[in-house]
Amino acid sequence: MSIKQISVFLENRTGQLAEITGLLADNNIDLRAISIAETSDYGVLRMITDDADSASAVLLENGHIISMNQVTVVAVEDQPGGLSNLLSIIARSDISIDYMYSLFTKKVGTAYMVFRVSSGSKFANLLQAHGMRGVTAEELGIK
Amino acid sequence: MSKYYQPEIETASREQIRQWQDERLVQQVRHVWDNVPYYRAKMEEKGVTPDDIKSVDDLHKLPFLTKADLREAYPYGLMGVPVEECVRIQSTSGTTGKRVVAFYTQGDIDLWEDCCARAIVAVGGTKEDVCHVSYGYGLFTGGAGLHGGSHKVGCLTLPMSSGNTDRQLQFMEDLGSTIICCTPSYAAYLAESIHERGLQDKIHLKAGIFGAEAWSENMRRDIEQKLGLKAYDIYGLTEISGPGVSFECEAQTGMHINEDHFIAEIIDPDTGEVLPEGTKGELVFTCITKKAFPLLRYRTRDICVLTREPCPCGRTHVKMSKPMGRSDDMLIIRGVNVFPSQIETVLLQQGYPANYQIIVDRVNNSDTLEVLVEMTPENFSDSLGDITAKEKLLVAELKSMLGLHAKVKLVAPKTITRSEGKAVRIIDNRKI
Repeated sequence: MSIKQISVFLENRTGQLAEITGLLADNNIDLRAISIAETSDYGVLRMITDDADSASAVLLENGHIISMNQVTVVAVEDQPGGLSNLLSIIARSDISIDYMYSLFTKKVGTAYMVFRVSSGSKFANLLQAHGMRGVTAEELGIK
Repeated sequence: MSKYYQPEIETASREQIRQWQDERLVQQVRHVWDNVPYYRAKMEEKGVTPDDIKSVDDLHKLPFLTKADLREAYPYGLMGVPVEECVRIQSTSGTTGKRVVAFYTQGDIDLWEDCCARAIVAVGGTKEDVCHVSYGYGLFTGGAGLHGGSHKVGCLTLPMSSGNTDRQLQFMEDLGSTIICCTPSYAAYLAESIHERGLQDKIHLKAGIFGAEAWSENMRRDIEQKLGLKAYDIYGLTEISGPGVSFECEAQTGMHINEDHFIAEIIDPDTGEVLPEGTKGELVFTCITKKAFPLLRYRTRDICVLTREPCPCGRTHVKMSKPMGRSDDMLIIRGVNVFPSQIETVLLQQGYPANYQIIVDRVNNSDTLEVLVEMTPENFSDSLGDITAKEKLLVAELKSMLGLHAKVKLVAPKTITRSEGKAVRIIDNRKI
């Protein structure tokens, strides 16, 4: 149960973010999660939209450099300790987290965390062993 | 105390110089014909044999040699004597991955060092001087040349090479350096350091011999004022020996070419036609004394003017102006020759497109080099670590190719500016 994430190369130049989000808006694509990793010279924009294939097509048509990856979205309780419990479980395993960020939801009481990990399948097994699982695209209402 | 290192040569009559050139050219053409098949083939292609060359007047009949020939003949194809007679190489950048390798017999080294010794004596150097050599030592001819020249004059030679400012200044002060030899930008940098540390009164330099990169009259005055010395120019290239092919005298109205060793011509870079004296054009050298790497009619790509008007210093050898530009796209950055084609070679090897841009600038008296490289889908991923690792590899490969550190800036496609449809490859912001 993994979700498609699009990464976009961000040159260190004003207007890049406005341009990219503008393209999505013009094509009626909704952003569900967004994260930026930067160096002093450039950045990588990671996002989850409600239509990954359309979003990637639009970005490619407009000359952007992108990469499509699978990530795991996990629901945690939206209260103190909700995230740290899950992170402790992961820390006790041999799975490493490449990066993580949060995803917007209107569901009260639940927070969604996006994970890119060293092994997607091992992570799925780990979650299952603890009565958890990755959220599906249908459940998030995205393609 | 002579003001010339080899007075009978440096002040020889024009007739004597011409006689040396005629005799030596004839011998050298025979030497090359007999020992350098690569050049013999070029002569045969042009229908020229050694018998056709009877004097300097026949020089124009010989084929040219260029950097492309050196690359094709790399490494031993232009050697004029067997390896067992060679005692050294010196090396400099080639236009792509192949470096230029020049060979020397012991005799060639002696002649080269004599030329550098002439330069040192021309700035007032004697065996009482402490000669501080801060050109790079190793494959680069700068250090080796001035070091050898300093030995010949009998100065106390300090083989400093470049770098390690603390040590440079410590020796300059403690050992009392009187002559400094380094690139002009390094001189400007040392001058700044001396001022920062308040060492002006502890440094007693009287003269400097600066070359290996372009420098202006403004820079000269600046260095003279800051270091309290008289700043002199020197010129050379690895293919023709190294520094000392020509040097400035006290008149400072051009550099005397050592005509007993090198015949100079000015040609039209497009047609190859020899131009009359006083006309601006590309400088071509024919080596008439060295044996291991005897290049005939080598095109330097430097644009300058030659003049034979009498010089107040008494030297009779022809003077060349400072190079006014290049007839190719070579850049000199921190004293190192850089060809854009080298950068292109590395980019393509590393899987980046050849659509790049080079930005050269000067910050705090030191040249900087930045290469704008287009990101591609293949080199991109969601992992910052992966992208950074590839970028670091590119920087390392560029350093290996160029011999100096270039900053790499990854940009989106279509960012690199185009001027009327053609990408602008080189932006040089330095105000020399």
